[in-house]
Amino acid sequence: MNDMTPTREQREAALEGMGCKRKRVEDIRFTQGKGQYVDDLKLPGMVFGDFVRSPYAHAKVTKIDATEALKLPGVIAVLTAEDLKGVNLAWMPTLAGDVQMVLADGKVLYQNQEVAFVVAENRYIADDAIQLVEVEYEELPVLVDPFQSMAPDAPVLRPDLEGKMEGAHGPRKHHNHIFTWEVGDKDETSKAFAEADVTVKELISYHRTHPSPLETCQCVASMDKVKGELTVWGTFQAPHVIRTVASLLSTIPEHKIHVIAPDIGGGFGNKVGAYPGYICSIVASIVTGVPVKWVEDRMENLSTTSFARDYHMTTEIAAKSDGTVTGLKVHVLADHGGFDACADPSKWPAGFFNIVTGSYDFPAAHLEVDGVYTNKAPGGVAYRCSFRVTEAAYCIERGMDILAQKLGMDPADLRMKNFIKPEQFPYQSALGWEYDSGDYHTAMQKAMDTIGYRELRAEQKAKQEAFKRGETREIMGIGVSFFTEIVGAGPSKNCDILGVAMFDSAEIRVHPTGSVISRMGTKSQGQGHETTWAQIIATEIGIPAADIMVEEGNTDTAPYGLGTYGSRSTPVAGAAIALAARKIRNKAQMIAAHMLEVSEYDLEWDVDGFQVKGNPQARKAMKEIAWAAYHAPPPGMEPGLEAVSYYDPPNMTYPFGAYFCVMDIDVDTGVAKTRRFYALDDCGTRINPMIIEGQVHGGLTEAFAIAMGQEIRYDETGNVMGASFMDFFIPTAVETPHWETDYTVTPSPHHPIGAKGVGESPNVGGVPAFSNAVNDAFQFLGSTHIQMPHDAWRIWQAARDLGAHG
Amino acid sequence: MIPGEFTYHRPSSVAEAVAILASHGDEARPLSGGHSLIPMMKLRMAAPEHLVDLGGIADLKGIAEDGDTITVGAMTTQHELIGSDLLGARLPIIRETSLLIADPQIRYLGTLGGNVANGDPGNDMPALMQCLNAAYVLTGPDGAREVAAREFYEAAYFTALAPDEILTAVKIPVPPTGHGYAYEKLKRKVGDYATAAAAVVLTLSGGSVSTCSVALTNVADTPLYAEEAGSILTGSTLDADTVKRAVAAAEAITDPASDGRGPAEYRIKMAGIMLERALARAADRARG
Ligand SMILES: Cc1cc2nc3c(=O)[nH]c(=O)nc-3n(C[C@H](O)[C@H](O)[C@H](O)COP(=O)(O)OP(=O)(O)OC[C@H]3O[C@@H](n4cnc5c(N)ncnc54)[C@H](O)[C@@H]3O)c2cc1C
Repeated sequence: MNDMTPTREQREAALEGMGCKRKRVEDIRFTQGKGQYVDDLKLPGMVFGDFVRSPYAHAKVTKIDATEALKLPGVIAVLTAEDLKGVNLAWMPTLAGDVQMVLADGKVLYQNQEVAFVVAENRYIADDAIQLVEVEYEELPVLVDPFQSMAPDAPVLRPDLEGKMEGAHGPRKHHNHIFTWEVGDKDETSKAFAEADVTVKELISYHRTHPSPLETCQCVASMDKVKGELTVWGTFQAPHVIRTVASLLSTIPEHKIHVIAPDIGGGFGNKVGAYPGYICSIVASIVTGVPVKWVEDRMENLSTTSFARDYHMTTEIAAKSDGTVTGLKVHVLADHGGFDACADPSKWPAGFFNIVTGSYDFPAAHLEVDGVYTNKAPGGVAYRCSFRVTEAAYCIERGMDILAQKLGMDPADLRMKNFIKPEQFPYQSALGWEYDSGDYHTAMQKAMDTIGYRELRAEQKAKQEAFKRGETREIMGIGVSFFTEIVGAGPSKNCDILGVAMFDSAEIRVHPTGSVISRMGTKSQGQGHETTWAQIIATEIGIPAADIMVEEGNTDTAPYGLGTYGSRSTPVAGAAIALAARKIRNKAQMIAAHMLEVSEYDLEWDVDGFQVKGNPQARKAMKEIAWAAYHAPPPGMEPGLEAVSYYDPPNMTYPFGAYFCVMDIDVDTGVAKTRRFYALDDCGTRINPMIIEGQVHGGLTEAFAIAMGQEIRYDETGNVMGASFMDFFIPTAVETPHWETDYTVTPSPHHPIGAKGVGESPNVGGVPAFSNAVNDAFQFLGSTHIQMPHDAWRIWQAARDLGAHG
Repeated sequence: MIPGEFTYHRPSSVAEAVAILASHGDEARPLSGGHSLIPMMKLRMAAPEHLVDLGGIADLKGIAEDGDTITVGAMTTQHELIGSDLLGARLPIIRETSLLIADPQIRYLGTLGGNVANGDPGNDMPALMQCLNAAYVLTGPDGAREVAAREFYEAAYFTALAPDEILTAVKIPVPPTGHGYAYEKLKRKVGDYATAAAAVVLTLSGGSVSTCSVALTNVADTPLYAEEAGSILTGSTLDADTVKRAVAAAEAITDPASDGRGPAEYRIKMAGIMLERALARAADRARG
């Protein structure tokens, strides 16, 4: 070997494959303002659509008069439900098996509901015209409190469902009831409670919030009437699903619909569903024959397109006096708003909330979820979490703290005592899941040691004494959270969306010169797929990541996939990518064998090519093999070097982590300062540690926001409060705490590369860590549970109610 | 979030600007930094047909000292207030307050004149100007007049300013060297208006308060000059009992709305807490 030959390490480094802190390739365009978003699209003749919206939360719509609006020069059309009825689109199906009005059909069910769609030459004219559309409303009694939804005299929100006592998920008990979802063994659980030494019970509410991506929802629809083809550019987390839905609704054949998701400025679950804006733009383009653009503004986004959470969880835990948990009982009252438009896999009306047993070995558990209608916007999306997993993690992590308090045990010790043990994996949970792998004790111990847990407890004790003596007005809280997620939806045995199994896909083409284009059914919204997908391929087929182009979002070119949300991309598409790459490697092995004139069994893989076993000098690099695939393939073999893989995962993956939050609270103002936040994540194999860290930072920032004040609130007449960034809490760099990140690695045994997914872990584990810190701070004053969000005024009220203001 | 139609004017003198305002009456509005007015127009809560941009009038800029008075031109930006060495030395509370307004991007454009003329109780400068006993110079078709900040505010967005007048300058009496000052603002995040805020300027002699003025931000539909709180404190040694009485007197004149920042009961108490903390910091500074 002369010294020009790169070493094995050099060849490996050149790949920038798995495990490399490769810089995000997409950031070159994003940081220079060169991303191409939907609103950057300008097509010849394009016009604009905008909505007339309801000022009332519940009202009959008795008249819509567009005469004056239509007189305004530049106004092209005003669509109402009556117009949409002509094409059978006044209502649309939701992902949750309900139907939803596209435009108000006789009534409105929430404030800012879409009433009419104005189409005009430009945005200014459209907005002027909105003011000219005359709508007459007759106000109806408003139902805001989900606990009143099933009162005997509660107003009927959905006359369209009157008398229909069977819903998409079984029997309905009341005119405002949507479904009951029951999991687990009721009798076993009751028995555990009857025999328990200690039980606790608490109503733990997770307030309504919103994913609030910086780029709001938007689309451009363009119908080519000559070709009969429809093209829709949009902010879609799941472009293929949108294409299928568009075809089913419009009856345009699916091959004549082109759905393109260009760069997306954040999704967080907000951009999974189908919204009235998409339908109206498509219809308007069909009617007018020109492209129609629709772009939501901030208030429209926050107040109408897909809220998250709004789960009210009555949680009971049974335990022995030594702290061993014996049973878990949870009843959830789920506020779904005016229509059930949750974006969950179709058969899962409460998502995967049955992960609520968390990281603990509960022998018995029982769960019941009741979904109800209220006069609020529809949604219930998985805001940076797998379906209802953050609600579940919050429920059990608050619950464990409440139990620890009752037992007089340290909350970290209580968790350690009840963790599922490493040797119990794969672990069957009492509520029906099979956890793939985990080593919770090691993770928790590492976290406790790193943060200096015992010392912090000692400091807290001293501070409490000082507070009682009147020497300080500050109290200290330590939030402990240990979460287990369930991500990677999902196996076809569990999951589908409108009947389509939740597989995902990858297609890889190696060009003659050894560079690569690859396409997936997923769609990055900032997760960095262009970077990480290339790293997986680089490691699998030995071609540098820099020579691999990743393209997503165009349904004409990408293989069918179910999209990106619920941390499913790495567990599902990531596996498809590895498997497609392995198909290529297998073919390459045969080509290399032919080139080296040996049997393929005499070859071994070495970083970026094949070499003859025992004779590493005899080798063919992947680039040479690629050329041969097109130039001189072995006789009888098809030329070319490409592969497609569709992956139906055998199981979900179960990332976990240990989070600690140290907080100082000024009891006189209610202002809480996060002094330290430590996050240890175990997401299995780590593809790009830098991207993982970025994901954790982003997710923790959102968790911090949610726990400490990010809320969509309604007043008693159904007015949505604070649907702007003045009130809706998006922390800036100034408020955001410093994040300390750490990890352990417990690969998923069933995933081709052992990766589990991480994008949502920090939101799932972060919210309970913050809330537990606030709650922990007030425990010594006699508090058991303070509801989120913990904004300053609510903390102040809690302090006052506990007598902390003297 | 799209404003209605308007005509844009950019005069180069105060007289010209006043003439445009006078000829359009209520339909015209001056435009300074635009960081209060333009958001309102986007929400269509304001829909002026004529915008009179004051940005082209050189006379409206600048900070000058004349004896015991500092005069600040209306178009001086919040960023320029922070950067002024003169203000830093003679009226440091202006820098302290400006740094608590919005964020740097907004402060590059937002002006002192716009902030005090706006009449939004959430703005920070009005209470500060009341605390400092500043006067606003208002110029209309009949020439200029002065109105004390303490007399200027009538209700939210209602002030002594006539539709054909422009606020051209703010005249601020300079407190004596060695005075204590503090602006305490409680807010939810950077860029937020105050949940409650308190401005305090005081002087001490021999351990007791010789002068003290107090004003409050965003706890009523106007800024509040807390005259009684100031007089309770004057002559005291800032002992706990007197402070408590002053705080109670200040809280008593508040009448905040309940909003996303918290219910009224909370915001009233926060006005008191901000005052208490501002007093403590101001006294520390006065003691040197
Ligand atoms: C996100 C955000 C956060 C903010 N936070 C704060 C904050 O914490 N504290 C705070 O004090 N402010 C805050 N502001 C407001 C900001 O400081 C504004 O710039 C300021 O209030 C108005 O100044 P302007 O020069 O921008 O005035 P403009 O917006 O141009 O005008 C405001 C009003 O005053 C009138 N006007 C302007 N100049 C004159 C004049 N010379 N004579 C007569 N009338 C005039 C206008 O017609 C208009 O009605 C915030 C603004 C934003 C967008």
